[in-house]
Amino acid sequence: MLAIQVLINALVLGCLYACIAIGFSLVWGVLNVINLIHGSFIVLGAYLAWGAYQWAGISPWYALMIAAPSFFILGYLLQRLLLNRVITAPVLVTLTLTFGLDLILNNAMIYYFKADYRKLILSPPTGSVSIFDVIVPVDRLIATGSALALTFLLYLLLRRSKVGRAIVAVRLDRDAAVLMGVDVKSIYAIAFGLGAALAGCAGVLMALIFPISPLTSSAYLGKAFVVCVLGGLGSVSGALAGGILLALVEGIGSVYLGPAHAVTLSFVLLIVFLIVRPQGLLGRKGFE
Amino acid sequence: MTRSTVALLILIACVAALPLFGGAYALRLGTIACMYAVFALSWNIVGGFAGYPSFSTAAFFGLGAYATGILMNKGIPLAAAVGVSLLFCLLLAVILGAVLLRLRGHYFAIASLSLVEVFRELVNNATDLTGGGMGLNIPLVSGSSVLSDATFFFYAMWGLLLVTALTVIAVSVSKLGFGLNCIRQNETAASMVGLNATLYKAIAFGLSACFVGAAGGLYAAWVHYIDPSDVFDILYSVKPIVMALMGGLGSPLGVVCGAFLYLGLEELVWRNYIQIHSGVLGVLIILLLLFLPHGLVSLHVGRIWRGLTGRKAKHA
Repeated sequence: MLAIQVLINALVLGCLYACIAIGFSLVWGVLNVINLIHGSFIVLGAYLAWGAYQWAGISPWYALMIAAPSFFILGYLLQRLLLNRVITAPVLVTLTLTFGLDLILNNAMIYYFKADYRKLILSPPTGSVSIFDVIVPVDRLIATGSALALTFLLYLLLRRSKVGRAIVAVRLDRDAAVLMGVDVKSIYAIAFGLGAALAGCAGVLMALIFPISPLTSSAYLGKAFVVCVLGGLGSVSGALAGGILLALVEGIGSVYLGPAHAVTLSFVLLIVFLIVRPQGLLGRKGFE
Repeated sequence: MTRSTVALLILIACVAALPLFGGAYALRLGTIACMYAVFALSWNIVGGFAGYPSFSTAAFFGLGAYATGILMNKGIPLAAAVGVSLLFCLLLAVILGAVLLRLRGHYFAIASLSLVEVFRELVNNATDLTGGGMGLNIPLVSGSSVLSDATFFFYAMWGLLLVTALTVIAVSVSKLGFGLNCIRQNETAASMVGLNATLYKAIAFGLSACFVGAAGGLYAAWVHYIDPSDVFDILYSVKPIVMALMGGLGSPLGVVCGAFLYLGLEELVWRNYIQIHSGVLGVLIILLLLFLPHGLVSLHVGRIWRGLTGRKAKHA
């Protein structure tokens, strides 16, 4: 019974991990930038959901609709005004730049929201369901469903829309895309905006489940790293596979080694994957 | 010896005269300045010479701090404990370097970042040995007055800086430094002409870790108390990069100047804007990257200087 419970937990958590990582993976894949501000975007999204619910009584489902466009604009502007100036610089420069941005955003959040842990508590509480003796909290289930829906939306966008195809083209071969008349600068900005929007939405979903604090941003960022490396860059399915694998390893690790070692285990797995299989489980070039 | 090497040694010698001028505060600042310069010089071996964006400074800093702390709690004297930490970090980094430096670019950056997380979690969970999240107390070294204690640690850190600087200078004029330069410019070509890139990179990673580890050891003995979130702070990984970018990537004199300048700015910000100091640091990083991407060395004076000494005429 424990095995099934661990498996279900991993599936539920894995989809959320995928949702955390997918925006990060998109930015890494398309812009070739390791976006260290991703974790703080997620936390900011969580604060948005919390604030909207606490002060305006807006339920998190509607908060998603506020988060997506506002984070898109934020990300779009950040890329256009700052990141774009150093986009051709080596990885050291772009990475350090996003680290600087992360310092600013994180400090601002600590300043305004304080470092206290907060929790979005829905009233009435949603409770939990039990299917064949396996217990799953309903809020977690809803968050997972929304995460899957978001992931699927991104898949559709990349697959069906003209902008999406352009993003994929830039990722596959930047120079060829330029020759085909794709405006790479605006595609970069749109991809970064999409990454930010996904982070914001992921944050709204995280607010339903986890406590909110500016200090949690590095943990989210760490998850995004691991999922991207495990699943491989470049595909929505890869992010899902990576997320579920990570959740499974953490779940099994917690049962056998104790929860304290789960994080260590996930990072050891990351380093092993980097060395043995750097392209990840389902990695390939191209974003669907 | 080039002119910038002489300038570097003169600069370090000037720092040694600091205790003549200031009290305990100046000593504290001087000790941190030496520690930062050790970080920057060490990072420069792998990040500047070999061109690998390493984020593992914090990992070896913390490891050295804990190694020294644990040894001193077992009654081993400071010098021996720091020496053992240095060797331990050297060995571990050479082994890890041989494996991790096969990765390039983003993947190496992420792997070296993860190293910090792995070490922190390991130390966090080995509660019996390290005290875990409660931290580790380290016995006092001398038990004499505060000022003489501060002077002692200042000179210890300064000595470490001198050793690091001499090593870095030796590396930069040796075959190893030349090989690392080749690796930065074109690794594939370098290994095609028979350069053992793996060996060179592993040695570079080891050298860049061992002095940081020793600095961690001295730091631990100096502050008497360490805990994982303090010594494995990812900021220790990023600071040397900012210093190197400030001073000019690859030039030992540049990175040391960058370290001192950075400390000055940090102290200024810390003193005046305590609540938003990390945000101000972020703004500083961004301005630096946008407007002075090649560091102070790229400013006009530096260009003339480099023209005179004829070193490294052009590279990004």
